[in-house]
Amino acid sequence: MNRIDETFASLKQQHKTALIPYLTVGDPDVKSTLDIIHELELAGADIIELGVPYSDPLADGPVIQRASERALKSKVTIRTCMETARLARDLGSKLPFILFTYYNPVLQTGLDTFFEEVLKNDISGLIIPDLPVEESEEIRSRAHAAGVHLIPLVAPTSHERIASIASEATGFVYCVSSLGVTGERSDFYSGIESFLETVKQYSHVPIAIGFGISSGEQVARFSKICDGVVVGSAIVRQIESNIPILEKEETRQQGLLQIREFVAQLKG
Amino acid sequence: MTQLPDRNGRFGVFGGRFVPETLMNALIELEQEYNRFSEDPEFKEEIAYLLKQYSGRETPLYYAERLSQQLGKAKIYLKREDLNHTGAHKINNAIAQGVLAKRMGKGKVIAETGAGQHGVATATVAALLGLECKVFMGEEDTKRQQLNVFRMKMLGAEVIPVTSGSRTLKDAGNEALRYWVSNVEDTFYVLGSVVGPHPYPMMVRNFQRIIGDETRKQILETEGRLPNVILAPIGGGSNAIGMFYPFLEDKEVGLIGVEAAGKGVDTDFHAATMSKGTHGVFQGSMSYLLQDEYGQVQEAHSISAGLDYPGVGPEHSYLKDIERVQYVPITDQEALDALQLLCRTEGIIPALESAHAVAQAVKMASTWSEDDIVVINLSGRGDKDVESIMAYTGGITE
Repeated sequence: MNRIDETFASLKQQHKTALIPYLTVGDPDVKSTLDIIHELELAGADIIELGVPYSDPLADGPVIQRASERALKSKVTIRTCMETARLARDLGSKLPFILFTYYNPVLQTGLDTFFEEVLKNDISGLIIPDLPVEESEEIRSRAHAAGVHLIPLVAPTSHERIASIASEATGFVYCVSSLGVTGERSDFYSGIESFLETVKQYSHVPIAIGFGISSGEQVARFSKICDGVVVGSAIVRQIESNIPILEKEETRQQGLLQIREFVAQLKG
Repeated sequence: MTQLPDRNGRFGVFGGRFVPETLMNALIELEQEYNRFSEDPEFKEEIAYLLKQYSGRETPLYYAERLSQQLGKAKIYLKREDLNHTGAHKINNAIAQGVLAKRMGKGKVIAETGAGQHGVATATVAALLGLECKVFMGEEDTKRQQLNVFRMKMLGAEVIPVTSGSRTLKDAGNEALRYWVSNVEDTFYVLGSVVGPHPYPMMVRNFQRIIGDETRKQILETEGRLPNVILAPIGGGSNAIGMFYPFLEDKEVGLIGVEAAGKGVDTDFHAATMSKGTHGVFQGSMSYLLQDEYGQVQEAHSISAGLDYPGVGPEHSYLKDIERVQYVPITDQEALDALQLLCRTEGIIPALESAHAVAQAVKMASTWSEDDIVVINLSGRGDKDVESIMAYTGGITE
């Protein structure tokens, strides 16, 4: 059974919502990413999204753009990101990993090699924000054959597309909270509740919400109506502001602890 | 060949729609509205009226006699897109998309711009049609093209300097797409080239094909036959596809797209997507792309801000693979020399972009005979570039 399915099944029995943190791999370096994954697990994360840094991240706001630039400076590639999942697993992580990547790095890896690496590195799901269903037929069938979930996104502007996207989803449906790119925000799409209800109505799998969710209060609000909540930019911003502390040996633990505490208070 | 793209927006393997889900319905709606209006006589009449009475079409097909004599035997004609209102072919597309935006009930338009020509064209049309306009421009380009920034502001547009990435055209495109994702419900994205997700490559081509349609009619009137060779500069490729498209089925007409080799295709400073690129997905479509082995998009370089782009239109990518169009590189220096030559022989200061096509004519001239007829698409005028040419040459004109 896919680890994502196991996680949602077990959370459902406990009437809990999955907390799904995102981080950009290699921000500021791979060693820190591995340490931060460990902290996220201690803080109560249920699934982790590993972001692949990309030169032209057009679904991302400034916070994740900056993280991407830092990681690219450390020469992090899509392959590094997948190997990071394996290293974290070898260090004892039990969490499912989702690779969040734009399509071009996948394409340049070659689909055969890409799926070999996905399996070898125990990655359970894929999110490709610039690959709408119309363009994803081949990768979807390969993911299905490999037992890996290609997590689809639905947006408040998806309207009549919601039915077909949600009903064919595996893993979970990623609901975009607002019109816009990733990044913390205080206002969500005005019809957000009815949008989520519509997705739920068509989906046979759990639904998660993401884009802009940044506080414990917002996590609590959406936990009532969703099976999972993704927090990205707010965590990446925590990492960013702790980089000077993480870089010094004597203060590194303190920096890691601050990230853990931030995520723990999101979990509530 | 002329029936493409298919219903998925594909030209062979190229094209498609690789965008966030938030934009999908907007693109589908745009395609439907475009298809509907493109058969509406009133819509077509409004565009034709503005192209004629406002922009000054048709543009001349001018026999450049002194240039022809200087270079050798062939008769060289210049398609004078530089004589359009606002100084380049970009206005053809901006007028049409502006009219479409208005008919679709969108009161706000956005655009990306490199050299500033498309930004100026969009700002102009926005003023004409009473639309609110924001133009995204790489910070680096706002410095290279200060005059165009000021022109856009005079026309009432807001110019937003983009500080992400390499701060040039590709980043302006990213930022325009990001803004559109956030404001898709009331904003029309006036995309300036034959790039991006379907239906833009098809739509922009159809709005630019007037260049080739006129050229065909004009050359038949003056020469009674089609040209042997047509040259056009290519960044994203809108003037080139507009010129080439009506000639695609005429196998006897050689079509040559001229891309920017910057400091040379064997250096790290060029924008020679066709010569050095590989297949990739960038800004919404599959095309040739300058990228590294891990799929990271590389920065392009050209003295011409309008050619400084690591991608290229999907239809051009297709025409390269089926070998219908030949794509060749021209360096900064070759373009500057050709610019100077055209100034001195014809009294025409071409845009740096267009000078690349003139440079290719200089290169090929010795292979042409006196029976040959050559057309160069002079896509824009060079007034905007005078400052950067002064900076490059240190103010020396010899």
